[in-house]
Amino acid sequence: MEFIQLIIGGVANGCVYGLIALGFVLIYKSSEGVNFAQGDMMMLGAFVALGFVNDDYFGLAFLPGIILACIVMGGVGYSMDRFVVRKIFGQPQFALVILTIAIGFVLRFVAGAIWGYSPLVLETPYAGLTFAFGGLIISAEDAVTILATILLTAVLWYFFAFTRIGLATQAASQNQLSAYYMGIPVKFLNSLIWGLSGIVATIAGVLAASKGTIDPNLGLIGIKAFAAAVIGGFGSLPGALAGGLIIGVIEPIAARYGPAGVSQTAPYVFMLLVLILRPAGLFSQITAKKV
Amino acid sequence: MKVIFKKSYDRDIDLFKDRQTALRIGLLVLVLVLVPFFASDYFLAEATNTLIWSLAGLGLMVLVGHTGQVSLGHAAFLAIGAYTDAALMNAGWPWLLAFLTAGAVTGVFGAIIAIPAIRMSGIYLAIATMALAVLVEEAVILAEPITGGVAGVFAPDIAIFGISFGRYDSLPNFYWLCLAVVVIVTFGYANLLRSATGRSFLAVRDSEISARALGINVSRTKTLAFGLSCAITGLAGGLMGHFFSFFNYEAFTIIISINLLLAVTIGGLGHIQGAFAGAILITAVPQVLAIVRDGLSNIGVDLSGVPGLDTLVFSLILIGFIIYEPLGIYGRYLKIKAFWDLFPLSRRDMFRRQMTYLKTERMK
Repeated sequence: MEFIQLIIGGVANGCVYGLIALGFVLIYKSSEGVNFAQGDMMMLGAFVALGFVNDDYFGLAFLPGIILACIVMGGVGYSMDRFVVRKIFGQPQFALVILTIAIGFVLRFVAGAIWGYSPLVLETPYAGLTFAFGGLIISAEDAVTILATILLTAVLWYFFAFTRIGLATQAASQNQLSAYYMGIPVKFLNSLIWGLSGIVATIAGVLAASKGTIDPNLGLIGIKAFAAAVIGGFGSLPGALAGGLIIGVIEPIAARYGPAGVSQTAPYVFMLLVLILRPAGLFSQITAKKV
Repeated sequence: MKVIFKKSYDRDIDLFKDRQTALRIGLLVLVLVLVPFFASDYFLAEATNTLIWSLAGLGLMVLVGHTGQVSLGHAAFLAIGAYTDAALMNAGWPWLLAFLTAGAVTGVFGAIIAIPAIRMSGIYLAIATMALAVLVEEAVILAEPITGGVAGVFAPDIAIFGISFGRYDSLPNFYWLCLAVVVIVTFGYANLLRSATGRSFLAVRDSEISARALGINVSRTKTLAFGLSCAITGLAGGLMGHFFSFFNYEAFTIIISINLLLAVTIGGLGHIQGAFAGAILITAVPQVLAIVRDGLSNIGVDLSGVPGLDTLVFSLILIGFIIYEPLGIYGRYLKIKAFWDLFPLSRRDMFRRQMTYLKTERMK
C-alpha cells in the first residue's frame, strides 16, 4: 500500500516534469531547436498566475486567472520567437542554446524584480483537500495535476491530429521547405508553437506551484525535465510525458528504498544510461541522423 | 596590410605571424608581469580572478571552440581539480606535485567521461554534460572525508622553497604564479594548434566525415580533446581553490558551468584570444556595474535594491552578441582590424554572413 502511495505521488510529480518536457519537445519538433528557457517560462507562468489569482495582487477567481495567465504567457512565448529567436534563424543549434539560456536569466530577473526572491504560495481553491480510497490517501493537488495533464494531452492530441493549424504544424515539422512551398506560413507556425509551449509551461507552473511554494529559482527543475525529454527521445510528444512519469516515479522510490543522496541523482543516472545504451531515447520517432 | 613573403611551407604554421606580433605579445606579457607594482590589492585580486577564469576558459575553448563539442558541465571539472589539489595538499604533498596531479586526475576523468560522450553530439552532449555537473555536485556532498561535505574544505597556502605564494599574505606572488601557469598553458595551447593533433581537432569540428576520410581517428581525437580540456580546467580549478582559500560544493554549481560557456561564446569561439576576452568580460561586468551603481546613487538613483542586476546585464550583452555578432568580441575585433588594414578598400560584403540553412537531424 505504501508503495502504491509512493507511485501516486511520483506520477503527480512526473506529470509536471512531463509537461515541461512537452514544451521542449514541441519546440524541438517544430524547429529543431532546444529552448533552455522552458523551465524559466514555467516559473514565470506560475508567477503570472499568482499575480492574477492571489488576493495580494489582482485577486481574480482561480480559473479566469489561470486562463489570463495562459494568454499572457502564450504572448510571451510567441514574441520570444517572433522578435528574438527568429533573428538567429539559420545559425547552428548551439547558438539557440546559448540564446535561450540568456533569455532564461532575463526571465528569472524579471520575476525576481516583480515578485521578489522569497518563496510565495499560489492560492488554489483545492488546497489541503484529500480523498481517501481504502488505505490510500490522495491529495487534491495530486488528483488535479494528473487530471489536468490527461486533459491537456487529449486537447493537444486533438489539436495536432484534427485541426487545420495542427496538421499544418505537423507538415512544417516534417519538412519546413516543402511545407513552405505548399503555402503553409512556416514562420508564423513556429512562433505559434513557441506560444503554445508557453501555455503548456504555464499550466505546468500552476500545477507545480499548487504542490508547494514558488520562487524565481523554480525553473531549475527544468534540468530534470531535460532528463525526461531525453529519456523519452527528443522528438516524441508521448515520449516526453512518459519520460516525465518515469523520472517522477523513480525519485520517491529511490528516496524511500535507496541510500542517502540517491534520490537526487537517480534521474540523471537513468538518463545517462539511456543516452549511452539508446542514444535516440526510449520512444524515439527519429529513425536516422544525418551527420 | 602587410604581406608576408613565405619562403617555406613551415612558415604557414609559425607560432607568430611576424616579428611585430611576437613583440606585441612579449610586451603584453611584460605589462602583465609589471601589474603588481602599480595596482591596488583589490584590483590585483580581480586580475588574478580574471587570469583563473581565462585558464578555465582556455580549457573549455579546446573542447567547444576547437573540437566543436559543447559542454555545459565544466564546473564539474573545476570542482574535481580544486578538491584533488586541496586534498593532496592537506595530505602533505608539496604544491607543485599536488597541482600537476590535480590536472592529471581531472584529465583522466575527462577522458573516461569521453568514452560515452563521444557517441553523442549537439544537444544530447550538452544535456549529458549538464547532468554530469549535477552528479558531481551530489558526489562532492557525499564524499565527505575528502571534500568536507556541505561544510567545505580549506585549501592551504602555497609555499615553494620556503617562499610564500599565499592568496592573502603575498598576493603579488600568487598573481605571478597564476600568470606563469596561464602563460605556459597558452604557449602550449598555441603550439598544440600548430601540430597535427591540433589541426585534427579543427578537422573534427568542421566535419567529422571528412576528418575520417582524411584518416583521422575521430574517437581518439575527441577523447584526447576531452582529456586535454578537462586537464586545463582542472588546473584552473586547483588555482581557483587557492583563490577562494575555503570553498564548498556551492563554489562549483551548474551556474558556473553555464557562465563559463557563455564567457567563451561571447569572447569568440575558436580563438585563444576569445577565452581571454570572455574572462575579462565576465569578471569585469560586476565591477563596472558596481561603479555605475555608485555613480547613479550619487545623483539620486538607487539600484542597490535590485539583486541579480549583473546577471541581467551579462545576459543582455550575450543576447546582443548572439544576434548581431555570433563571432564574439574577438571576431568583432578581427573585422575592425581588417577594416583599417584595408582602409579605404574594405567592403561591407567582406564579412557578410552566408545564408546557412538548418542542417536537419531528422531523416526518414
